[in-house]
Amino acid sequence: MNTREEMSNSLGTINFTWPEEGTLLVHLKGTWKIGQDHPAADEVMNHAAMRPGTRIITFDYSNLDAWDSSLIAFLVNLMDRCSSTGILMDQGGLPQGVVRLLRLSSGSIDSEGLLEKNADVSFLANIGEHTFKLIRYSLSVLEFLGEAFIALLKFLQGKARYRRSDLGLLIYECGAQALPIVSLISVLVGLILGFVGVVQLKIFGAQIYIANLVGIGMAREMGAMMTAIIMMGRTGAAFATQLGTMETNEEIDALKTLGISPMEFLVMPRVIALTLMMPLLCVYADIVGILGGAFVGVGMYDISLNQYYEQTRLALKLNHLYIGIIKSAIFAVIIAMSGCFHGMHVDRSASAVGYAATRAVVVGIVLIVITDGIIAVITSILKI
Amino acid sequence: MDYTNKEPILNKAHITVRDLTLAYDNYTVLEGVSFSIDRGDIFIIMGGNGCGKSTLLKFLIGLKQPVKGQVFYDTVNFWESDHHVRSRILKQVGILYQKNALWSSMTLAENVALPLEEYTDLKAKQVSEIVSLKLSLVGLRGFENLYPSELSGGMQKRAALARAMALDPDILFFDEPSAGLDPVNARLLDDLILELSDSLKTTVVVISHDLASIFAIGSTSIFLDQEAKTILAFGNPKKLLEESKDPNVIAFLTRGAKGLDMNDATRR
Repeated sequence: MNTREEMSNSLGTINFTWPEEGTLLVHLKGTWKIGQDHPAADEVMNHAAMRPGTRIITFDYSNLDAWDSSLIAFLVNLMDRCSSTGILMDQGGLPQGVVRLLRLSSGSIDSEGLLEKNADVSFLANIGEHTFKLIRYSLSVLEFLGEAFIALLKFLQGKARYRRSDLGLLIYECGAQALPIVSLISVLVGLILGFVGVVQLKIFGAQIYIANLVGIGMAREMGAMMTAIIMMGRTGAAFATQLGTMETNEEIDALKTLGISPMEFLVMPRVIALTLMMPLLCVYADIVGILGGAFVGVGMYDISLNQYYEQTRLALKLNHLYIGIIKSAIFAVIIAMSGCFHGMHVDRSASAVGYAATRAVVVGIVLIVITDGIIAVITSILKI
Repeated sequence: MDYTNKEPILNKAHITVRDLTLAYDNYTVLEGVSFSIDRGDIFIIMGGNGCGKSTLLKFLIGLKQPVKGQVFYDTVNFWESDHHVRSRILKQVGILYQKNALWSSMTLAENVALPLEEYTDLKAKQVSEIVSLKLSLVGLRGFENLYPSELSGGMQKRAALARAMALDPDILFFDEPSAGLDPVNARLLDDLILELSDSLKTTVVVISHDLASIFAIGSTSIFLDQEAKTILAFGNPKKLLEESKDPNVIAFLTRGAKGLDMNDATRR
C-alpha cells in the first residue's frame, strides 16, 4: 500500500498543537503498520474535548514514515467521531493516497461485531433456530425417502430410467473394488477377537471355544458391522462427493430439465448396487474373519485345523449367518441413502461438498450403530 | 410492456411471462415481471450481478416454481400443466448452463446422446450419427470419446452447446455464455448463436452482462435491477443505449461512463 521505504521502525504516534483558536493540529509520526501499536481515535477526541470550542481538526504528516490500512482505520474512526460531535475534519493535511482511500471507504467501518456474528443472539433464539433447522432437515429427509420409494417401485417395474452401464460400474466399484480393504480389516478383526477371547477362555482350559466366539461373533455382528463402517467411509462418502459435485456443477439441474429424475438416474443405481454387494461382502468378511480366528487358534494354541473347523461348524447356525446378511443389506440402504441425500442437498460451494461427505459419514455411522442395537434387541426378544 | 390481462399473442410470442414473482424461501428476488419473447428472436436478459437473471432462468425452465404469475410456452401455461406436458415443452428447450453442466462421468458422445436416447426411439447407429453431426457443428469432431474434464473451458462450452442442441430445440437458453471464455472464443460463440438463430430459426434467450456480446447479437432485451426487483427497460439494446432515460440502464450499457454517479454505484 505504501511505496515509501520505511525510514525508521519507530511506532506510529501522534501529538498535538493548537495553531489557532478552535483548531487542533494532529501531527502524525512514525510508522503506522498493521500489527503494531498505534494511538486510538479516542485519544484525539479526548484531546479535542480538553479545549471547548474546538471546531476543526487538521493534520500534518511531515514526520510520517510509512503507513497502511491501520492509519486509514484510525482516520475513518476519527471521522465518525467527528461527524457525531460536529467537529470538522480537514483532510487537506493528509497524504494524497490516504485521502483517496478515505473517500473509497466512506461510510463507517463498524469495527465491533463484524467478525463475531450472532454474538448477540439469545440462547432461546438459538434453540429456536436450531429446532427449525432440524424440522427442515427432517422434512427434506422424509421427502427424499418418499421420492426414493417411488423410484424404487418404478425400478422394480422396470420403468426407471438409468444407464445399465452405470449400474454395472457401480456394482464393480461397490463390490470387487472393496475386496482388498474388507479382507484386511476382517482378518484383523478375526485375529483380535481370537486373541482377546482366548486369553479368557484359557483360564478355564476351554481354548477350543475360541472357534465359537470368533464364528458367531463374526457372522452375527462383526462381519456386517465392519463392512458397513468400511463401506460408509469408502463408498458412502464417495456417493456424497460425487452427487455434491454434480449438484454444484448444475449437472443435476441439467438432468432435471431433460425430464430425467435424478432419483432414478443417480440415486437408485447406487442404492441397488450397494444393497446387492453388501451381503456378499459380508459373507466374504465372515469367512475371512473366521480364518483370522483360526490363525490364532491353530497357530498359537495347539488346536488342529480339523478340530477348529468342526467346532465352528457345530457352533455356527444358519440363523447367525442370516441375521448378519439381513443386517448388511439394511446397512447398505442406510449407507447409500445417507451418501446420496447429503450429496443432493449440498449448498453450491466447494467447501459444502466436503461438509456433505463428512455429514454423510457421521449420520450414516450413527444410524448403522443405532439400527444394529435395535436389531440386537429384536433378535433377543424373538430368541433367534 | 405490461401484458397483464391480455391474451398471449398467438404464433408471434414464443414465451410469455405474466406478472411473475420469484422468491427463494422468504427472500423475494423479482416481482411482477411481465414480458414476451418473439419466435426466432434473440432475446437478452441483462442486468448487474445479483439482479436475478439466472434465477429467472430457473423459473422459466421449470427448476423452481414461482410464487405468483404464469409462464406460457406458445399458449400452454407451463406451471399449470401436468408433468407430461411440461416434459414435452422442455423437450423443445435446450439449455447451455453457466457452468456447462456436462455430466462428468460420461464422454462427450454419451453426453450428447443421452437426450436423444431419452426422448427418441432412434437406433444406436442413428444416435451416433446425430451425435457426431452435432459435435462437428461446434468443431469438436474427433473428441467424442474424451471426458469433459479432459477439455479446455472453451471446448467444454461448445460441447455443452452441442448437447443443448441435441434434440434440435425450438428454444435455446444461454446462461452467461461468454463467462470464462477469452474474447476471441466469446466472439466465436456469438457468431455461432447468430448462425443458429438464422439458419434454424431457433428462438434464443441469452442471459448476459457482457456488453460486447449484448450489442452484437441482441435484438430485444430486458434490463433487470436488483433494487427495483423488476424490469427497468425493454427494447433493442442499441436503442436503449441511445434512448433510455433510466440512469441504471445507461450506466450498465456504458460501463458506468454515464448515468449513475459511480461513487454512489460502488457504495451499493
